[in-house]
Parts: sequence; C-alpha cells; structure tokens
Amino acid sequence: MYTGEGNTAGERLMSFRESFVSVCVSVGHIVELFLQVVLRLPHVWKRRESTAAQLYGASVQVLHVVLLVGFFIGMVVSLQTGIELSGIGQQDQIGTIVTVSMAREMGPFITGIIIAATVGSAMAAEIGTMAVSEELAALEVLSVDRVSFLVVPRLVALAVMCPLLTVFCDAVGVIGGGFVAEAQLNVGLELYYDSAVSALQTPTEIFALPKDVYSGLFKSFVFGLIVACIACSAGLRASGGALGVGSATRQAVRDSIIWIIISNYFMTLFFYQS
Amino acid sequence: MKETTEPLIRFEKVTKTFGSKRILNELSFDVSKGETLVIMGPSGTGKSVTLRHAIGLMQPDSGRVVVAGHDMSTISRKDLAELRTKVGYLFQEGALINWMSVGDNVALPLRENTDFDEDEIRARVEQKLELVHLKDVWERMPSDISGGMRKRVGLARALITDPEIIFYDEPNAGLDPEISMSVNHLIRELADSLGITSIVITHLLSCVRVVADRVIMLEAGDIVVDTTPAEFIAANHPRVKQFLGEFAD
Repeated sequence: MYTGEGNTAGERLMSFRESFVSVCVSVGHIVELFLQVVLRLPHVWKRRESTAAQLYGASVQVLHVVLLVGFFIGMVVSLQTGIELSGIGQQDQIGTIVTVSMAREMGPFITGIIIAATVGSAMAAEIGTMAVSEELAALEVLSVDRVSFLVVPRLVALAVMCPLLTVFCDAVGVIGGGFVAEAQLNVGLELYYDSAVSALQTPTEIFALPKDVYSGLFKSFVFGLIVACIACSAGLRASGGALGVGSATRQAVRDSIIWIIISNYFMTLFFYQS
Repeated sequence: MKETTEPLIRFEKVTKTFGSKRILNELSFDVSKGETLVIMGPSGTGKSVTLRHAIGLMQPDSGRVVVAGHDMSTISRKDLAELRTKVGYLFQEGALINWMSVGDNVALPLRENTDFDEDEIRARVEQKLELVHLKDVWERMPSDISGGMRKRVGLARALITDPEIIFYDEPNAGLDPEISMSVNHLIRELADSLGITSIVITHLLSCVRVVADRVIMLEAGDIVVDTTPAEFIAANHPRVKQFLGEFAD
C-alpha cells in the first residue's frame, strides 16, 4: 500500500535523523571533553598517583599482548612480501619493507587497536559503572571535578603509553620478520638487519628520529588521545544499569576503532602526500 | 518537635517531566533551619527526584528551588560548589568510590576542596568515622564491608565538611532492623547535637518515629499530607491509612 510505504520511508528518515543527531551529540561531547582536559593539564601533578596507576594499567597489563601480536604481524608481513619478492629475486628488500611497514602503519595501528579493545573498554566500563551506581553523582555533590579526577589521568596515561608500546610493537615486529626471512626465505640476518637500518635513514629527522618512526609515534600519540576521550566520554554518559555499561563499552571500542582508521588516513596524507 | 524558624530550603511550584510522565507536579514546601523533614510515599512518586533538585543534580522544568538563599536554577558554578561544601548527601547505596579505601573515600572532599595537611585530614576522618560508630576501617575497601557499614561510611563522608544541611535518600534501605535503628538514632543525634537541617526519604515508620520533626507524603509528584509525626502515625488521613496498611513496619 502506498501509505504504508510512505510511512516506512518517513520512519527511516526519522531514524536516520535521530542517528545523525546522536552521532553529532556524541562527537560534540568527545571534543568538549578533550578541551576540558587540555584546560586541566596542570592538574596532572596533583593527580600523579592516579596517573601512575593508569600508566601501569595501560602498560604492564597490555605489553605482553602488544609483543605477541606485533611479533606475529612482523612475521606475516615478512612472509607475505617475501614470497612475492623471492619470485623476482628481490628478497634482500624484505628488511626494508617490514621495517617501514611496522614503523609507519602496522605498529601504531595494531597498538591503537589493542589499546582500544583492552584499556579503552576497561575505561568505559569502569566509568560507566561509576555512572550507574551514582558514584559520579556523588563526586558532583562532593564538588569533585570529574574531568580532573577521572579523565585527566586516563588521557595522559594513554597519550604517553601508546607511543611507548608502539616502539615495542615495531621492534618485535622487525625481529619477527627477521626470523621468518632467515628461516623460510633464506635471507641472512645480517642482510636483513642492514636493509632494515638503511630503510630508516631518511633525510627528514626530528629529535634524531627518522620520519617513518616519528610519524608513526605521532599517529600512536593521537590514537591514545582518541581512545581515552571516546572511552571516558562513553563511560560518563552511561545510564541504565548493567545494560547501559555494556552498551557504553561496546560503543567505546567500536567508535575508537572507526576514528583510529579515519584519523590514520588523514595523518598519512599529512605526512606523506608530497 | 523542634521549634522552626526561617526556611532554609524552599520548593516553589516545582514541575519535572520525564518523557510523557510528570514526576513533580507543582510541588511546594519549605524546610526551616534545624528542622528534619521526612518524605514518604509510594515508589515512583518523585521522592528521590525531589532531593536531586535540592542538591542541584536536576533542574526543574518550571518553578524554583531555593537552598540557603540560592536559586538552584540560576546559581553560578562557583557558588554551587561553595554551597555543596555546606550540604551533605547520603545516597541509597552509599555511592562510595569503589577503587578507593574507606578512609580515602571519607577524606576525598577535604583533599579536593581544602588545604588541610594529611595529619589534619586523618584526624577529621577518624573523628567522623567514630561518629558513625566505625573504627579501624580506614584501609578496608567498599567491596569488603557490609551494606550497613557502607551506608555509615557514606554518612561519614557526607558529614566530613561539617554541613548545615543533609539529604538522606532511604538511609534504611537494605539494612537489618538493628542497624536500621542505629542509623535512625544517628540521624536524630546529628540533628539535635549539631543543629543540622535534614530531608529524609524513607519507607519505614520506625524512621519517622525517631527522626521526623515533620512528615510529608508525596503522591503523583505533589503533597497529599503535610503533618506531624504523631498525626502521621495515627493515620487519621484516609490516604495515609491506606499507605501504611501496605508499608507499615
């Protein structure tokens, strides 16, 4: 029936409009939260104990995952490219490709995704649980600044730890690639090492870091900020008991991954377009 | 009953709607300085929402709430923060920060809003914990203590800034009769010894008997009865009679 189809289209339009408004509100809240944290950065010293606890949570408890995944990613990149390069007699370039891939893209990206799935989800769940059990309301009644108390330590921790974990991820990825190169592609470790080092000797350097390394570290710094802001924002807006906490956690991980991928593209464009 | 003087808390035709449901319907009442007002009524009639308006956690759709001379709809952030140091709030479940120890929970408002040194803070926290009959619990975590203890820790935290006003949201909920009665006596003791103005939400007549200077009963977001504790317990009003028939101790 025509009327029925019209209603369905109308409902779809309304649903789309609601979704669009919801996304705008969500992005607005995240940006506002980030700006509030920036204004409160001088509070870091006052929050040093809490920040240290968050640094511990975002490092020691995640490091083994980053090392394991980074090692195998390096092995996969080495194997995939090595098989093709062997076909044209260019297997001595494996070290270059693995190193550049890890430093530019795979290291920061994999670390960001792991941080989003482990630390980001935990942050959203912790703060979400506080929201539904009236602990956030209690903080407000006690005149405790929630952003300074809860968000500043988490955001600082991820902004610091994400690049550091990326360094570990890059390193074990290159090592993993070297094992595969020697064991399965008959490329000597010395040759692999030489090509890896030469790949990083690019003319543009900041603080003695090659461009491939500092661009990757900058990306992971931004990924850390993205994950922390999205997770804290989702947690602070959680409502509706256990279901609300679950929903906030799911939303935090989903949105973090989406924004990591989107921002990754634009940062790559910024660093490498020319 | 305490002699009442100037109103410290005033609700003027406060209306609050969630979706299509009107929770508060032109609610008006005063609480005088030093008075303990008990709010009773069936679940879902806007009791907790009333308290949340009084502390500034919610804003009315229309009408106004005045606390200690401040209109809660127009109060500045700075004045609200200042006012809240003079107001305590006991949440239903205590609302203790679950990753902080009992002592740190009680000390939190002092660490955040005062320049007291650690020795001063420790002394004040221990004094308040003793006031609510808790000793040697500083290092214990909220998850390791009973519901009654959590509630008393929440009360110690509400008292830590020596407030002039305290809001109690079902202070007896989930407590056994003995602990419940000790909490009732504690509320009365605080009102008598420190002259604290209080609003108490409860479903228990035992609480009304011990703590109330005045009782109001809410229904559909408005007051149906505003009377003395003795009158309320006597259940002369037909609606009170019906209510107490269902919810008597």
